[in-house]
Amino acid sequence: MGNNVLRLEHCTMQFGGVVAVDNFSMEVNEHEIVALIGPNGAGKTTAFNFVTGVYEPTNGKVFFHDELMVANHPAGKMKKLYKGDPDQICEKIVRKTPDQITKLGIARTFQNIRLFKALTVFENVLIAKHMHAKSGLLKTAMHLNYREEIQMRKEAMELLEMQNLAAYRNDIASSLPYGQQRHLEIARALATNPTLLLLDEPAAGMNPQETDELAAFIKKTKEDFNLTVFLIEHHMDLVMGISDRIYVLDFGKMIAHGLPADIQNNDRVIQAYLGVEENA
Amino acid sequence: MKKSTKTLFNIIAVSIILAILIFLEMNKRKFSYDISIIERSMIYAVAAVAMNLTNGFTGLFSLGQAGFMAIGAYTVALLTIPVEARAGVFYVTGMNEFLSKIELPFIPALLLGGLFAAILAGLIGIPVLRLKSDYLAIATLGFSEIIRSIIASPQLNMITNGSYGLKKIPRFSSIFVPIALCCLCILIIVLLINSSYGRAFKAIREDETAAEAMGINLFKHKLTSFMISSFFTGVAGGLLASYMGTIDSGTFKITLTYDILLIVVLGGMGSVTGSILGSFLVTAGREWLRFFDQPLKVGSWQVPLFRTGFRMVVFSVLLMVVVLFYSKGLMGSKEFSWEGLVRFFKNLFTRKQKLNGGVSNGK
Repeated sequence: MGNNVLRLEHCTMQFGGVVAVDNFSMEVNEHEIVALIGPNGAGKTTAFNFVTGVYEPTNGKVFFHDELMVANHPAGKMKKLYKGDPDQICEKIVRKTPDQITKLGIARTFQNIRLFKALTVFENVLIAKHMHAKSGLLKTAMHLNYREEIQMRKEAMELLEMQNLAAYRNDIASSLPYGQQRHLEIARALATNPTLLLLDEPAAGMNPQETDELAAFIKKTKEDFNLTVFLIEHHMDLVMGISDRIYVLDFGKMIAHGLPADIQNNDRVIQAYLGVEENA
Repeated sequence: MKKSTKTLFNIIAVSIILAILIFLEMNKRKFSYDISIIERSMIYAVAAVAMNLTNGFTGLFSLGQAGFMAIGAYTVALLTIPVEARAGVFYVTGMNEFLSKIELPFIPALLLGGLFAAILAGLIGIPVLRLKSDYLAIATLGFSEIIRSIIASPQLNMITNGSYGLKKIPRFSSIFVPIALCCLCILIIVLLINSSYGRAFKAIREDETAAEAMGINLFKHKLTSFMISSFFTGVAGGLLASYMGTIDSGTFKITLTYDILLIVVLGGMGSVTGSILGSFLVTAGREWLRFFDQPLKVGSWQVPLFRTGFRMVVFSVLLMVVVLFYSKGLMGSKEFSWEGLVRFFKNLFTRKQKLNGGVSNGK
């Protein structure tokens, strides 16, 4: 399989009898920016959440750096209701909670910004460093881990400087302008030292100029931190501008995947987004 | 404000407090009433700060305080009542033979009390901490009532003396013992809050989903916070036992939890100094208002309402007024600072000038 960072194999998600994602497979290779697009209700966020650990797929596997990260098969009531491909039912069950997934090196942002609102910008980033701290509770609580603490603070500060957020370091996160909050959320995700960055509609609520800036920012960040990026997005300008490859979902099924130029001219994609031409 | 000025202020404040304490200690007889108020306030402050750790900093709405305090108090009481006095305390059924021989000094007993509370918190935390907000509050409240009922049950007469309560618990030898212990407890909690773990707790309070995405194990951190908080609540209970000298299961009714909750809310959720301030205001305030309980006569006219219990009515009204004007508690989530104090008085002054039609910035 080579150097793929993330791979979904035959993932199906059913909510009762409703198939939200149907037998979806995809892969993200190293240093790629891959986008998942589709109309509202297509199952993008559901597929995304297999990777973040928020949902477990009803059936299917997720690999991270070729290691099995999530695997599930239909059980209980789902056995009868299951509408997916019966040949692809997997045997093993592997479960990971979101914090374990973050520890593996997958960082994420949220569609509706979820910063630690009442804390300062600096604290927001510093919190992401907590999981790498090795000192025990007693040592930390008595402030005997000052070396580690200084290191954590230094790294967090460096990150803020790199992201041009250093000027806001003592501001309360919720007081930042909207664009900067998005920015901070990405900086905070980067503070967990990820190899894969997941962006959930990063341009939601942004104006065209902010979107352009964001596109440049994502590209630069990818280079600076040697990242692989997987994103869900509605803004076609952003997606077409930065993605190396695109997957398109509609009603839970993958209807197309390929290079941005191919997707732009794909009839099925145009139909899914604009509807079938009737009176033209 | 310069750092050196602040240090100077701090030294002055600490020495004034120390001087007052030494003065009180030297005139113990005369000021026994004031000493008891200060001691009770400090003990409540420990319980309130511990409660703030879970409720204000970690965002877990737990109401099990009275239960954990009961465990700490009974542990300390059972281990420190002098062996020769025990027959007199357990005059109904006699004491369990094994227990009746164990006697520990105060500090080890106190630590053990905290430890038992923490272990029990760990045990009930495992199922209960999966609940959120109000549901967690109800579950912990129920737990605290269970503890109280178990302590009062006749089956445990040989151990807890059931509903007869425990007496002859050694009192503090001087005012410095409880004050020093309370300060130490609060200091430890403050250090924890300012550490990396404290930041993780705050992250959980702000947004659980985001905290989890930052690699923070929610359950582990919630349990840690809950157990540490319970440890210090247990210690506060132990101190209370020694302060009161006599305890029974009625001491640890739900009203005790509400008292602590009241202090935390009044002082401000997420403010340690707020909790300490609240604790002194609530404890002392109740005493200051005592004259409402005495019948009052103006001339030959008996003022209505002035009778036993009226004090609490006035107290409650005052609380409502405070909460209406300071909806986030007196301190909000801020901590005490000299700058804040200066600003407070400045605002007070300028506001008065404005009201009088004066120029507020004509210094």
